[in-house]
Amino acid sequence: MAEPTSDFAIDATGVARRFGTRWVLRGVTLQVRSGETVGLLGSNGSGKSTLLRILATLLRPNAGSASIYGHDIVRAPDEVRARIGFLAHEPGLYEDLTAEENLRFAATMLGSQGAGTAATEINAALARVGLTHAARERVRGFSAGMARRLAVARLLLGRPQLLLLDEPYSNLDAEGIAMMSGVITEIVQRGGAALVVLHELAPAAGILSRTLTLRDGRA
Amino acid sequence: MSTQSTSWVPPRAGRWPLFGAFTILFLIAGQVLGLTQSPADRDMGDLEKIIYVHVPAAWVMSVTFAIVMFYSLRYLWKRDERDDLAAAAAAEVGTLLNGLTLALGMIFGKPTWGVWWAWDARLTSTLVLFLIFIGYLSLREFVDDPERRAQWSAAVGILGAINVGIVYMSVRWWRTLHQMQSSPETVDATYVLALRVNAFAFLFLMIYFVRRRYESLCLVRAADHAAEAAALRGA
Amino acid sequence: MAFADDWRRVRAIAWKDLTTERRSKAGFNGVVALGVTILMLFGFALGPDTQAIRDAAAGALWLAALFAAVLAFNRSYQVELESGALDPLLLYPGSRWAIFSGKLLANLSFVGLMLVIVVLVGIVLFQVTIPAAWPALIGVLVLGAIGICTLGTFYASMASRSRAREVLLPLLLFPMLVPALLAAMQASKALLGGDLMHEADAWIKLLIAYDVIFLIATHLAFEHVIEA
Repeated sequence: MAEPTSDFAIDATGVARRFGTRWVLRGVTLQVRSGETVGLLGSNGSGKSTLLRILATLLRPNAGSASIYGHDIVRAPDEVRARIGFLAHEPGLYEDLTAEENLRFAATMLGSQGAGTAATEINAALARVGLTHAARERVRGFSAGMARRLAVARLLLGRPQLLLLDEPYSNLDAEGIAMMSGVITEIVQRGGAALVVLHELAPAAGILSRTLTLRDGRA
Repeated sequence: MSTQSTSWVPPRAGRWPLFGAFTILFLIAGQVLGLTQSPADRDMGDLEKIIYVHVPAAWVMSVTFAIVMFYSLRYLWKRDERDDLAAAAAAEVGTLLNGLTLALGMIFGKPTWGVWWAWDARLTSTLVLFLIFIGYLSLREFVDDPERRAQWSAAVGILGAINVGIVYMSVRWWRTLHQMQSSPETVDATYVLALRVNAFAFLFLMIYFVRRRYESLCLVRAADHAAEAAALRGA
Repeated sequence: MAFADDWRRVRAIAWKDLTTERRSKAGFNGVVALGVTILMLFGFALGPDTQAIRDAAAGALWLAALFAAVLAFNRSYQVELESGALDPLLLYPGSRWAIFSGKLLANLSFVGLMLVIVVLVGIVLFQVTIPAAWPALIGVLVLGAIGICTLGTFYASMASRSRAREVLLPLLLFPMLVPALLAAMQASKALLGGDLMHEADAWIKLLIAYDVIFLIATHLAFEHVIEA
């Protein structure tokens, strides 16, 4: 099968999803090109997180279709997963492991890397998010902001092209906000793209190409 | 995937009610044949007549669970949600037949062995099977998302069906180490015709029930899909 | 290459689960304590006649182990669900069976260790004399644990994510385990009694067949279950 190619990092048409009888998304159509950083706004329960989870292949849409760099999210989830960096609201870390162990686990799960390169990458990622000093501490003792930083470090190990971030700025201090914006800008400038769910515009205002607002389950 | 599963029309009843009427008549004929034509048993008297329901129900139950296995596998292969509904319909009817087999087996067992439950190999493995499919039906109740429910119950249905043979073998061994297996294979040749007729009657009845239950499950899902489509168009 | 990667993932998951368990010992201690408690309760139900207790030892041991193990299976997925770690786990590349194998290995070590302690306590409580064929008995313990853990790990992946998980797991699991439990109990009982009738052999073969069939079936089915 020929490798699907697409100018669009995200190309979604009529994406709909319901939970029980409640329609959270009623047909969202959106395109994000390489090099764009798009902010996704909307009130509580407007379906921002649901849309992000659908694009990240973690939820199936009830209707509509979407592709990431030309790969269909339902038919070719592995291709999609290899290209995205998904940051959920919950950090998804193992609390009884240290920061370094969490990253080592992620590196192994991500695939073939020599032990040496993995260690270098892990240290670089920890330094990038400013957690070198806490590398050997267990995550259980981390503040919410530290856990988010560690989740970002894990995301970096996957070398993502498209960032799907769910309220990445929450719980971060000023320095953390700068770090997060830096990480997003760096990946987007390298030819990637980002879709960022925000509940307030302020921290990300400087880096967004444009914003979208979800209302009544539509974009 | 979920987008393609919405593109089906619920099956129509067609001539199935006619088939149902025929089945009922056939069943009545079979039962009359069994009740009037076969002589009373030397030991059990007219209680023997229970076998014209008990044995066909047990046979047809096995066929039903094979259908669950078939549609579960086909669902995982083709991902057509109608296969999941067919498996569910078969599981419901199979569990019903299974319960009937158990109840009649106990009634049959009381005068035969003097107790309601003698840990007979067939009856005991039927009970295990009953519980496995109660688990299957409970799982369907406890999971709301239709796609998740379909995938999970397909896996549970297949594993359950695989286990049927192993359960039966293990229970039989467990019994035979202590006593000879009691078996209804001592059935006299005069009973055979009535037994066969009733076996077919139950087979048709099962097919009829599964089909009608399948239709109703499809209607419910189709109504969901219609509501879905309406919600997406409107507002 | 791909297989080597998956095998590394299997080990990583097993290591992660076991490290988590080791660092929060409360879970393991609790499960072992529960196993011992159930053994004691069986003693009350069956005793105080020594011979009756001895005869029922094999069955009581396996049931105590089963009830304690069920707790371990749901815990195994709780680690993933608690902090939303299942999402990243599903987004990693590689085969889905690797996740299952890793969790199964961790559960086997956990349940195996629990079984050792419960069996040792059971030998004392139920006044069991250790037979000459004790290596075969250890083999039965291993095979029985594999059977229980394979289906336990598999069904917990669904039950832990459903409503009413406490009810659903045993409801799905126990009837499915009937052949494995029957075989393990009967083989243990025969071996403890000196295996005069040479029954153990047939039961061990049944146990092996059960383990092989369900190891294959669960590994094949897991991807459909975890993705949903």
